[in-house]
This record gives sequence, C-alpha cells and structure tokens, in this order.
Amino acid sequence: MTESTLFPTALADTARLRQDFPILQRFIGKKPLVYLDNAATSQKPTAVLQALDDYYRCHNANVHRGVHTLSEEATASYEGARTRIARFINAPSDKQVIFTRGTTEGINLVAHTWGRANLKPGDEVLITAMEHHSNIVPWQILQEQVGFTLRHIPITPEGLLDLSQLDQLLTERTKLLSFVHASNVLGTINPVHELVAAARRVGAKILVDGAQSVPHMPVDVQALDVDFFVFSSHKMCGPTGIGVLYGKRALLEAMPPWMGGGDMIREVKLSGSKWNTLPYKFEAGTPAIAEAIGLGAAVDYLTAVGMDWVREHEQQLTRYAYARLSQIEGLRILGPGPEARGGLIAFTLGDVHPHDLSAVLDSEGIAIRAGHHCAQPVHDHYGVVASARASFYLYNTRKEVDQLAAALEKANTIFAL
Amino acid sequence: MEALYREAILDHYKHPRHKGHLASPDLHFHDHNPFCGDEITIELKVENGVVVDAAFDGRGCAISQATASMLMEEIVGKPLDELKQIDKEYILEMLGIEIGPVRLKCALLPLKVLKASVWGLDEWPE
Repeated sequence: MTESTLFPTALADTARLRQDFPILQRFIGKKPLVYLDNAATSQKPTAVLQALDDYYRCHNANVHRGVHTLSEEATASYEGARTRIARFINAPSDKQVIFTRGTTEGINLVAHTWGRANLKPGDEVLITAMEHHSNIVPWQILQEQVGFTLRHIPITPEGLLDLSQLDQLLTERTKLLSFVHASNVLGTINPVHELVAAARRVGAKILVDGAQSVPHMPVDVQALDVDFFVFSSHKMCGPTGIGVLYGKRALLEAMPPWMGGGDMIREVKLSGSKWNTLPYKFEAGTPAIAEAIGLGAAVDYLTAVGMDWVREHEQQLTRYAYARLSQIEGLRILGPGPEARGGLIAFTLGDVHPHDLSAVLDSEGIAIRAGHHCAQPVHDHYGVVASARASFYLYNTRKEVDQLAAALEKANTIFAL
Repeated sequence: MEALYREAILDHYKHPRHKGHLASPDLHFHDHNPFCGDEITIELKVENGVVVDAAFDGRGCAISQATASMLMEEIVGKPLDELKQIDKEYILEMLGIEIGPVRLKCALLPLKVLKASVWGLDEWPE
C-alpha cells in the first residue's frame, strides 16, 4: 500500500483520497474527468494497480500446485486475499468465501447447484421488481428446466419494496427469497433484517445481491444472517473478473459442485471422482489469481479509509446532489428521497433521451450511465424506456455535483423543445 | 458538442418529418436496439417500384430519430432498387457529423429498418 493511503480514518479527506486514483488526473478533451459512473464500475487506487503489477512482475505462478518458491508465494498471496476479504464482510471462515467472476456468476452458481438440487415443480422462488437482470434471468433459465414458479415483490410508487402483500407472496411454498441489497437504479436500500425474518418464518433460504452495497457501506454477513451473499470486485476499487459468493457452511457443503475440472477435486479416477473441500469445490480451473490479490488490496484500501466514512461521505454527497438536481427544470428523480438511498441518483430530463444527455455531459468531461442499467422491469414500473444515472464514490466532490448540474442545464438549453 | 448535435439534426429531432403511420403501407418493418432501447418502424407506399410515400415512428435518442426523419425526406420519389444501394457512408454524409462507434448504431438503426422494409423482410437475417 502506498503511503498516501495509510491515513487514519478521521483524517480521510477527499482531496487526499483523489491522489490515490491516477485516472482522476485525466482530461476528457479539454475538461478534467468527472467520473460519476461508479455503480457501473469504480476506479482503481494505486495500491490495487501496484498489487497486480507486483504479482505479475515478481511472484507469477499457478496456485495450489508446484512445490517451488513462486508457486508458494502466489498461493500465499491468493489465500491471504481470501482471508482479508472474509474479515471485510465478517464471514466466520475463509472457507465460506468462494471466488467467482462476479455477482452474476455468484447468482448463477447458486441457481445451478443449490437451485437444481433443491427446487422442484410447485416450489416458488421470490425475487423483487427492482432486481438487476442478473437476479432475474438465472432463475428464469432454471425455471424452464425445473418447473418451479418465479414470483416477485412489487415496488411502491416512491420506489420502495411494497411489503403489504408479503404474506401472500412469501409462503411455505417459497424455497428461496433472492433480492438486491441496494438497487442500482433507485438507490433504495432494502430492509434485509425484516425480509430475512419473514423468510425464516416460512423456512425459505435467502440470497442477497450485494453488488451495490458492499462497495459503499459496512456489511456484516453474520449480522445480516443471510444464507448466500454475492458481490463484485470491480465496483469496490478492485479489478474486473473477480467476485465473491459467501454462503452458510452447511449449505455450501451440501451443495453439489458446478463446474468440474482441476483444483475442485480431491481424487479423480476414470470410474468417478471425489470433490474437494470448501471453498475449492466451487473453484474449478486456474483461478483469477492476480484479480483476487487485487481485490485483497482493494479491501485493504477501503478498510484503511473506513467503510463508515465512505457511507457518510456518499450520504452527504447524495443529499447535496438530490437537492441540486431537484432544482433543474424538467428533471425527475427515480426512487426514494435522499435519506433512504445509497450513493446514486437515476433521473430523466424532460424528453431528452438519456443517450443524448450522456453525450452532452461527456463533452463536459462528465461520465454518467445512460440506458436501462440492466434493470428493465424497474424502468417499466416508471413508464420510461431508459434513464440517466449519476453514481458516487469515495473520491467524488460537491464541486463535481455542481459541474453535473451545470451540464444538465446546458443539455436543457440544447434540447429545449 | 455542437459538432454532434448540429442545428439540422436538432431540427429534425424536434420537428420530425413524415412521423406517424400510413393508411395502407405496402412495405413495413420494425426493429429496436436491445442495448439502448431505441425503436424505429418504417412504412412505405410503393407504386411501380417507386416509393411514393413514407412514414416512420419510434422513440429514442436525437441521433436515431433525426436520422429516420432525414431519411424519410430522402427516399420519397426514389425507386426501391436505388434504396437498396444506400450504405453507411450515405447516412454519415446525410447527417454531416463526426460520429463515434458507440453512437454509430443509433444512426444505423433507421438504415437497417429501411433496408429490411425495401427488401420485404419479415425478420432480420441473423
């Protein structure tokens, strides 16, 4: 870790933080980059870039095989990253931290192994209307093959989960409740404890999609008492291509493997094989070693900054942005008020298409997301095809929010109908 | 920015020509772009192999909708055989702007729908 990242939490300030992210020095044309697309992917601090570089330059070897120095170093770094990630989410054991390619793969893994082994016709899987496509489509695919019923919890007009009919939706037929912790469009932070308690009453298992929560707030998987929890590295300062599936130990041990291959076996004979123990049972093939080490460095970085600080910083920024954007003529914010949301704001601006909006903002150096953000059902709920989304992270500033607001005013002028 | 949203494009976007539907079109096609949700429908009235009337409907960004509007003005009075020759360069020249790879698909959606209409396709060949 570089020296600049080793500051006490109380001294963390954005100006210093920004120096840890080389890309934030970039210009887009003649304008300094204003990066507000963090819900899509975050930028990477020097500490993470150095961890990747150091691994490839000095320690590159395959893990869990080979009795030579490099392989031992690579294995120690890879497994060390797993330990630090386990600590970061307060998993009781490293063995319950399974490396995946990301949130999407984590959900698919649960669908293909736990789902295939436990779901049958007549059973129900309950999701919500604010899911990312990654928590809808894997269940639809499995549903076609297995024949269970997929239901969803609707959304209220203000963008919260409508729990008024939960008793009818969540019944003893429900075998799994799978929902997003923080919505990538509405920003809504869902009431995990309430939903977990309701699911436990009917004996349903619980999967939580933490792609938009783990990067932005302290998460304790034991306190949440969920059965499965999934998230991605690249949204939390780490590299792409790696993520985590956390699961309760008894469940993971009972689940059949998904992909077969090297590393996930204890013994292979042509007549049959025996599976490896956790977590390797679910990690077939050479893993994303550098990426896991990079995620370990990202977790160290976020821990040094302090996740409470990150959450507080984003909340302040989001409150400010909500107030600023609300003043812009024709701007409509999707989702709840600033107090009940994570650090992102999706919106529409009059009849201006979000892609046109994004193009105008890009000409001002501002990166936002435009489209349906892989959550079409949410947009259907609001009767819009697409939206624009500004999403914040630890390095964003009020000045950047001001620049966003000014660029939106400019778009209003260009597209005035 | 002014380079991408030049006056003519904004004018076609804000005041689309030939927008709506024909009473009894001879040829028509509809398609959308799954990445951005832009939608375009084109309807053509044809007499003796010549387009005598054209209409488009759709929703989407300024580039896709303005391109469709401009294209409608271009094609009325032209034989189908000539429309089969329209290519990407024709569209870019018509728009008169520099366009990056991401927005190119916005500009080319109306062309795709027009081509499918002119050839009388039921669905786009994969």
